[in-house]
Order: sequence, then structure tokens, then C-alpha cells
Amino acid sequence: MPIIVDHLNCIYEAGTAMEVAALSDINLVIPDGQFVGLIGHTGSGKSSLVQHLNGLIKATSGTVYFNGEDIYDDDFDLKKLRSKVGLVFQYPEHQLFEIDVFSDVCYGPKNLGLDKKEVELRAYKALKMVGMDDDYFYQSPFDLSGGQKRRVAIAGVLAMEPEVLILDEPTAGLDPKGRDEILGLIKKLQTETGMTIILVSHSMEDVANYVDRIIVMNGGSVMLDGAPKDVFAHYKELEEVGLAAPAVTYIMQQMKENGFDVSADATTIAEAKDEILRVLSAG
Amino acid sequence: MIREITFGQYYQADSVLHRLDPRVKLIGTIIYIISLFLYKEAAPFLLALLFLAAMISVSRVPFKYMVRGLKAVVILLLITAAFNMFLTKGEPLFTIWKLTITKEGLTNAVFIAIRLIFLIIGSSIMTLTTTPNQLTDGMEKLLAPLKVIKVPIHEISMMMSIALRFIPILLEETDKIMKAQMARGADFDSGNMMKKIKAMVPLLVPLFVSAFRRANDLAMAMEARCYQGGDGRTKMKPLKYHKADILAYVILLAYLAGVIVLGKLL
Repeated sequence: MPIIVDHLNCIYEAGTAMEVAALSDINLVIPDGQFVGLIGHTGSGKSSLVQHLNGLIKATSGTVYFNGEDIYDDDFDLKKLRSKVGLVFQYPEHQLFEIDVFSDVCYGPKNLGLDKKEVELRAYKALKMVGMDDDYFYQSPFDLSGGQKRRVAIAGVLAMEPEVLILDEPTAGLDPKGRDEILGLIKKLQTETGMTIILVSHSMEDVANYVDRIIVMNGGSVMLDGAPKDVFAHYKELEEVGLAAPAVTYIMQQMKENGFDVSADATTIAEAKDEILRVLSAG
Repeated sequence: MIREITFGQYYQADSVLHRLDPRVKLIGTIIYIISLFLYKEAAPFLLALLFLAAMISVSRVPFKYMVRGLKAVVILLLITAAFNMFLTKGEPLFTIWKLTITKEGLTNAVFIAIRLIFLIIGSSIMTLTTTPNQLTDGMEKLLAPLKVIKVPIHEISMMMSIALRFIPILLEETDKIMKAQMARGADFDSGNMMKKIKAMVPLLVPLFVSAFRRANDLAMAMEARCYQGGDGRTKMKPLKYHKADILAYVILLAYLAGVIVLGKLL
């Protein structure tokens, strides 16, 4: 079920003094099963863009096609779209409200009108997917730690069994351990279920290790779009818009300038290590 | 969707009204409201209309923006007018079923509608041209004499400014939580009354939790900066009357005198 974004424009508060163009002429194709990193500075339009993908915000002009259907068509079922395109908001733990973890995760599938057995089965599967122990199922979600709350909130979206999962800054406010856990979890989800994942972040470091493709947004439009190594090759342009390539990119570039015969393509520490060892053993 | 409520929200512009001392605007609004309720004749209302029109034009706030706020009170207005129309005793004009419309009732209804509309627009001019902080500053200063009888004026105005400050934050928060729940298939619009109320739970619980969390954080931040209340507290921008403010008072008094003269004479 590819997502096609076609000449999407979005203007907030159109016609008033506070008019802001949040998105201007966005064109994207996101094929099935791809792990996409959507990167941009605060206010670059990345959150606005992902909210268009499940129809929470209506575009000023342009449209989004999901599975070949125009989501702005009058007879298009937006509720169904939202179950297919799961969106995990920033600080998703702020949406928890039920008396225990299990009922909270049930909320999504229950809204889909499934029968009780199916709802509970899905909730159980989702909680297992995010690695929650059974012991926690009947605790209040408000008693959990920050990282656990977030996992429960992600499970709340996963329980709807979406085909596309969008996560808006899923690591914001977590410590390094919590961050690695969440990112590892997302990667595991992608390899095991093959769902399309769009990871919104402002940290290249976070994204570089996991994604197949990086889309860089700036000022409401797409600035760069490609495989991580191609995007990081533009590290000077990234710096100009307040972003940075991963530290590894800088090290490799520096080594190259200092006469080592390394290729500067490496985007993760593991790749960089291999590349450096290769050059050193060859030399 | 929820951000469209604009009634009484500050509108940034550069006008004489915006620059006036908040105390002048507060007292002015009170005088204006009093003037609306003094007489029930056409002439004073005409003057009130002229005054209002003049204020609207000097405020530089688009008229369209002001009227948007009125929509919310239209129903209240209609109900009030209807009650006045049907329930006032007097010379009957005509009867529909069991309801009799009297001449007095009709005039009452018209006047109450005009009063309410003028009152709402008049007071929204104040809030549209004054930031919430200025407003509470002005109120604190005006009510300061009550400190003598141990009314905690500073605390009250501090609570007011915090409450006002939080309105946009909570609106934004509501918008966010609403969207987050909609992403989980929530439906806030359809169904009967019971269903709609039930659908609010996933919105209200997180909203309350976040309001308490914010209140906690704020209290902590204030304590960390040694906030202890009003005693001996100085202001960065103390309120001071300027020439324009004095002139504004003169205009206000002239207006009030005009209304009284018109009301008495006619």
C-alpha cells in the first residue's frame, strides 16, 4: 500500500494576519516496507506532513493517495485510513487515560468495532511486541516509568495493526538507554512484520543506524531525499539549516582530507570501523 | 478546529487604544457598561453606538475579527430576547397560540438585545487591545486599596494572569490529545448525547493529568525563583499615567455626561 503525496500544500490560518505556510509543494512516494527517516529542524513541517498522511489535517491544496485512493474523496473512510496508517504522536504517553495498561491498549482496536475477543487478542499481541511483561498489564499506566509509558502508548497504536507506522520523535525526552530500546524495538518491528515505518526525528545520529531512506525537510519543503550515505554527503548543506550529519561522517571526511584512502560513505560506527580497518590493513 | 475561538483574545496591533494604560480601559469599559443600562431611550443608545463605532475604528482590530466572537453568544442573546418578548406584561400587540407579545415586551427585547451586543463588543474591545498581563496589572493596581481590609489582591491577580496564560496552552494541548485519540480511531462527532459524553473521557483524563503536571512544574519554577507573594514586590514596568490616558478619561467623562444629558432631556 504505497503512500503517494502529490503537490501537497498546507497553510495555517489562511486569510488572517497569522498566516503561515507549513508545507509547500511536497511530492513523495513511500513504497511498502520501507523504513524512512523524516528529518528536519523544529518548525520545518515534519509533524504537519505526517498528520496529513492519516488525514488529521486537511491540506490547503494537493492530495495524498493511500493504496491508490485519494484520501480527500468524499466517500473515503478516514477512520479506516487511521487504522491503516498508525500515528504515534510526540510524547505519546500523554494520551494514556485508562485505569490499566491493558484497557488502554484496547482503546484503539475497540474503536475499530472489532469483537471483544479480537480486541483483547490484538492488545495482547501489541503489548508483547513492545516487550511489556504480563505483570504490568493490570497496573495503572500512570505508575509506569517514562520509557514503559511510551512503549504502552506505542502498543496502543500497534494494536490497530496498521500497515504503516509513523512515529513522531519517539525518543524525545528519553535517556540514552530508553532511546536505544525504543529505536531497537522499532527496527525489530520493521524486520519482523515488514510494515512501512516513518520515523520523524531531528537527530541524524538516531536515524542513521536504522533507516533505508532519509527525507530532510526545511522550511516546509523537501530539501534532500535519498539513502543515508547520499544525504550525509551533503553535510555542509545540512549544517547550514541547523542539522548535522552523524559524527562518523565527519571523522571519515577528516581522514580522507588527511590522506587516508577511505570512502566517506560510512554512516554507522560499525561501517566506519570496517572501512578504517580495511584501509589500515591494506596500507 | 478548537483554535478558532477568538472571543476576547488579544489582537496584536499598534493603535492608540493598545497603548492606553490598562486602568483607563478597565474603567472605560465599566463606564460604558453603566451608560448602557442608565436609560431606555433611543438617543443615548445612538450616542453609545457612535462611541462604540469610534472605538472600533481607532482600535485597528478588524471588525470581522470582533464579530467572530459574537457567534458564540447568539443563542444566549436569542433566548434572553425571547423571554423578554413573551413574558413582559403590558399592552398586547398580538397573540400566537398561548404566547402574547406586548408592546413593552417588544421594546424590552430590542433594548436587551442591543445592550448585550454593545456590552459584548465593548468589553471585547478591551480584551482585544490589552494583553492579559496588562489587564491583571491594571486590575491589581485599581483594587490595591482593598489590601487595607486584607484582601489578597496580588495573589488574586497572579492567579488570574496564570489562568489566562494557560488558556491557549490548554487549547493547544486539547487539540493535540484530540488528534492523538483520533489517530487511535476515536470519534468525537457522531453518536447520541451519551455516546458523545463517553467519547470525551479519553480527552478529559489526559487533559486533567497534563494540567496538573503543568501546574506542578510552574509552582516548582516559581518557588525556585523565590516567589513569595506580593509583599515588597516591585515591577519591571510599573503603570504610569501619560497625557493620552488623562485625555482618555476626559473623553470618557464627556461621553458619560452626554449620555446622561440625552437621557434626561429626551
